[in-house]
Amino acid sequence: MSFADLLGFAAGGLRGHRLRSFLSLLGVAIGVASVILLTSLGEGARRFITREFASLGTNLLIVIPGKTETAGLAPLVSTAPHPLTRADAEALLQRVPAIRRVAPVVIGTAEASSGDRRRNATVIGTTREMLHVRHLRVASGRYLPPDQPDAPVCVLGARLQRELFAGQNPLGEWVRIGGWRFRVIGVIAPRGTSIGMDLDEVVAIPVDTALRLFNRHSLFRILAEVEAHTQVNAAARAAVAVLTERHAGQEDVTVLTQDSVLSGFDLIFRALTAALAGIAAISLGVAGLGIMNVMLVSVSERTAEIGLLKAVGVTHRQVTAVFLVEAAILSTAGGLVGLLGGLGAGRVLQVVYPDFPFHAPAWAVAAAVAVSCLVGLVFGLVPARTAARLDPIRALIRRKA
Amino acid sequence: MIELAGVDRTYVVGGSPLHALRQVTFTIAAGDYVSVMGPSGSGKSTLLHILGCLDRPTAGSYRFAGADTHQLDEDQLSRLRRCQIGFVFQFFHLIPRLTAAGNVELPMVFAGISPEQRRPRVAQALARVGLTPRAHHRPDQLSGGEQQRVAIARAVVMEPHLLLADEPTGNLDHTSGREIITLMEEMNRAGLTLIVVTHDPRLGERARRRIRLSDGEVIADERLAPPP
Repeated sequence: MSFADLLGFAAGGLRGHRLRSFLSLLGVAIGVASVILLTSLGEGARRFITREFASLGTNLLIVIPGKTETAGLAPLVSTAPHPLTRADAEALLQRVPAIRRVAPVVIGTAEASSGDRRRNATVIGTTREMLHVRHLRVASGRYLPPDQPDAPVCVLGARLQRELFAGQNPLGEWVRIGGWRFRVIGVIAPRGTSIGMDLDEVVAIPVDTALRLFNRHSLFRILAEVEAHTQVNAAARAAVAVLTERHAGQEDVTVLTQDSVLSGFDLIFRALTAALAGIAAISLGVAGLGIMNVMLVSVSERTAEIGLLKAVGVTHRQVTAVFLVEAAILSTAGGLVGLLGGLGAGRVLQVVYPDFPFHAPAWAVAAAVAVSCLVGLVFGLVPARTAARLDPIRALIRRKA
Repeated sequence: MIELAGVDRTYVVGGSPLHALRQVTFTIAAGDYVSVMGPSGSGKSTLLHILGCLDRPTAGSYRFAGADTHQLDEDQLSRLRRCQIGFVFQFFHLIPRLTAAGNVELPMVFAGISPEQRRPRVAQALARVGLTPRAHHRPDQLSGGEQQRVAIARAVVMEPHLLLADEPTGNLDHTSGREIITLMEEMNRAGLTLIVVTHDPRLGERARRRIRLSDGEVIADERLAPPP
């Protein structure tokens, strides 16, 4: 028989029980839609992180005291025998030509208070270069002065300013940080969370002041901006060489490039996406069981029909094919409905959360649709064989056609 | 055309053998009109299934049109049923979702006959049973007699040599039953071998030859008229 005839006959079989066909089709649709939605969430998260990193500037080097054996995220415990100093930062700027700017960073937390308003704040000790390296914008006043690394001045994050001054102009006012007095010289424009730190809750003070405030000798890290993205890796190697030379021949710093951090996150989020796809795939499998169930019911309901088919000379193989094709039609149609549903729901979410880059990865879409077709064939196999093996005589004895 | 020699059919029911057919031996010539009669449980349905190649003898041989059916595999038996044998059942066994034309078309669909060739043959088969105006009705829109006529059209659309009817009037009123049997007898006169299985003597006695079964054995084989 021709494939068109086979399709036509199988489709007719499905029309015989529309509601059940529709429900099992829906099962597959939900499976496929959830694969598409969950993977677009995972992929969206990956893109979100990538975008966040890019907003830091893709030409960034991060110098961390201590040496990690494997490239990856920052070491948790600093074991550097040599402190990372402002002189090191200057040396990078002087001796590595590709490095355009450096910003030393000291980080700590301290209580910040103004009058009787107080709260804990993240204190970041740095220089004016920070403004450029992290692409910050000043909302009012000015950023840290370029040439007074130990001035008692501070620049407030937007929320900190709101909470300490309740909307009043803080410029020129005094703020107490960790028991020391600082004069407010500027406010940073709201920016929100960027890689684990809420920049709106940060107060920036000059780097030397911060070292003294926290009684430290070593910088927390040095941020260095490289001229061009293509020079990042070479600049990172040069930076290591310069610092190794300065630290008595000991390679005791780690230089992270934006790319290395990114690829670490990239890996994590790709794994996350794959895991989500796996979870959603389970629902596809369950949908397959649904199809199998519906097909088995259909086979037992259509016992007389199968008996008749055999009586009119339909072969074993043709009976198998009819039921396999019915299952495949169900699952494939479900796959297509799920595809449209999943992509549609993604669009809706995108409208609701415009900032989050939902994106269904092509591999997941293709795999979900392909698997949905396969699901019908695999789970249709048992019912189809059951049908093909029916004894035509017993099948025909049933009283209702 | 049909040669049965020493055919036994034994079922195992609850651990003990049940002899549905014992040593059945007869031959039926092409074009004959034979009834198989007997009370229920006499083995006449089993005989019909074996004649129709839906079942195989436990012992003995069945030759159909010269071929030993024992030597044929499942696919070959399917082909035999498709091309040489038409079935008519007591309960019609029409597919409820298909129209009359769709049901008649069915054997040709699975035989791989193209839609262009199928259409005229469906029309012709429906015309033969007088159902042309009902071609696009579904079984639930047809009377019992009409349904059985659709079944007959389906049985003969592949132009088989043998028509097997299992209690064809058993589910019909007297008038429709008469129409059905007349229709099949007409086809027999046109050369189709007709075997009717029934427990109804009035129906069975219309045949030229009557085979009576009791307890799986042939107890009588009468011929009223010579085969054509």
